[in-house]
Parts: sequence; structure tokens; C-alpha cells
Amino acid sequence: MSAVSDFPDWGDPHSPANSYRLSQGYITDTFPQTSVPNMVTAVLADYRGYDTMFETVVIFTAGIAIIGILRRYGPKDKVIPEQKLYKKEPDLIVETTCRLMIPIIQLFALYVVAHGHHSPGGGFQGGVIFGASFILLALARDLQAAQKWVPESRILKLAGTGIFIYAGFGFLCLLLGSNFLDYAILHKVMGVTPIEARSHSMLGVEIGVAFTVTAIMFSIYSNLASNGYMKEGL
Amino acid sequence: MIWIFDSIILIFLVVTAIISLQVKDLLSASMIFGVYSFLMCLLWAGMAAVDVAFTEAAVGAGVSAVFLIATVFRTSRRSSD
Repeated sequence: MSAVSDFPDWGDPHSPANSYRLSQGYITDTFPQTSVPNMVTAVLADYRGYDTMFETVVIFTAGIAIIGILRRYGPKDKVIPEQKLYKKEPDLIVETTCRLMIPIIQLFALYVVAHGHHSPGGGFQGGVIFGASFILLALARDLQAAQKWVPESRILKLAGTGIFIYAGFGFLCLLLGSNFLDYAILHKVMGVTPIEARSHSMLGVEIGVAFTVTAIMFSIYSNLASNGYMKEGL
Repeated sequence: MIWIFDSIILIFLVVTAIISLQVKDLLSASMIFGVYSFLMCLLWAGMAAVDVAFTEAAVGAGVSAVFLIATVFRTSRRSSD
């Protein structure tokens, strides 16, 4: 506790973290270089895009590991008596509320993804919110209702598509003769200035991240809730 | 003025952290953990780290609380330790 008093003040512009030229460079150069007002997203998806790509791969790997551990095939083993308490009848109020809420939640998730480089948000948050809308559907109705939209066979394809989009942006830059994930070169295919190309590419990789996170979040929930059989949820 | 709100949130944060570790009923522990995440989200927002606060609200308070509760329903509800 005695060391706490030696910390620099909150928001102190002369603290070592704030006065180092790297952070000052981000603050002054982000908008001229990338035309993205939200510098957190710019650092995440552009300057440190390589890290974020493998964060997405980490989520994908975690999803595969959870499917590998929890997924079970074959007939169900006998139901634990405690679980019979949670057999539920369809409830009018809950179903109607969710029917009204889910489109709004999904629209907001798409906004968070699409507007992530202009306001707080981005692929991870938008993907989690989009996955949560399917989890809400599975909680309000049952797991089959949600699996009609995200069937099990489609989960890994969706997650792989996300990483494919992200890595595709990287390899497209390589093909056009620049460095991996150096988006400025993409102005040749996009037909905009190099600065705007970086902004548009950030949106592209955020969409890739959102695909992966949505699929993996729903997959984790459905495996946990259905005891691995993917038949009936909570 | 803002430090009063910060202190209140911080006290609640510590209280919820201790309760969620101490309580024997795992369902309550999961829900209190969700409250902890939400208070953490408020603190991040108070420190103007809006992106982090957003992630904490979506992942911590939203989805991971649901994951924990789903796990509690499929295992046992009482903690043995």
C-alpha cells in the first residue's frame, strides 16, 4: 500500500507512460495516418493487427478445445433428478419480450461492429453481443430454436470464415507487394486513397473477428447448457 | 465530486469480490460475479476507458455470467469447500 502513493496521478501528462514518444505518436498521428477517430481501434486493428489476428485464433482454438472436451455423442445418460426442476413450459411474457428484444440486440451488434472504428466497440464486442442474442433465444425458447439459425455444422465454418477474412486481408497486402497486414497498399483494389484504405480494411478485419466470436460464443453456450449432447438446453 | 462515486463503487467492488468467493451457493456466486463485472465496467467508464468498459459489460457481465450459470445448472449447485 505504501507504494501506491508513489504512482503518478491519474491522467498525468508527465507520467512515464504518457510522456514516452510512442503514445504521443499514436495520439497525434493516428487520425492523419488512418482517418480513424477511435485510436484504440486503430492500435488494435492496424498498428498491432498481427496481435489481434492471433487473438482471434486463440478464441477459435479455445472454442475447438471446448467442443473437443464437452461434446458427447450417443444416447443421453439418465437425467439427474435435480434437472427435472428446470423443465419449463413456454412462457408468453418471456417469449414476447425476447421476440421484441432480439432484433434490436442484433441490430445494435451490427452497429457496434460497423461503427467500431468511429466509436467505442469493434469486432470482439459486437460478436459477443450478436452471440448473446442467440443465447437469449436459446434461453427463452429452447436450444433447437437457436440451432435453427446457428446449426452445429455451421459453427466451425463460421468461425473459420472469420479468421479467413482476417488473414485474407493480410495475404492480399502481401500479394500486392507490401508487408503482411499493411493495409495502405489495398487502395489499389479499393479505389480510395491509401489513408482511407486503412480505415476500410480495419472495418473488414473487425467483421472477420465478429464472425469468429459470434460462432464460438454460441458454441460454448450450447455445449455447456446441453451437457454436450446439443439436444436440449436449460 | 467524482471521487465519491468512485469510492462507493470501489467499496461495493471489494464487497462483491469477497462475497462471490465466500458464498457456498454457486448460483449466487455466479450472479454476484456478474455484479462484480458490472461494477468493474462502471469503474472503467469512470476512468474514460470506454472501449474496455464496453468489453467488460459485454463479456464479463453479459456472456461469462451466463456461461457460469449454465455450468452450475449442469454440475452441482453447492460448493463442497
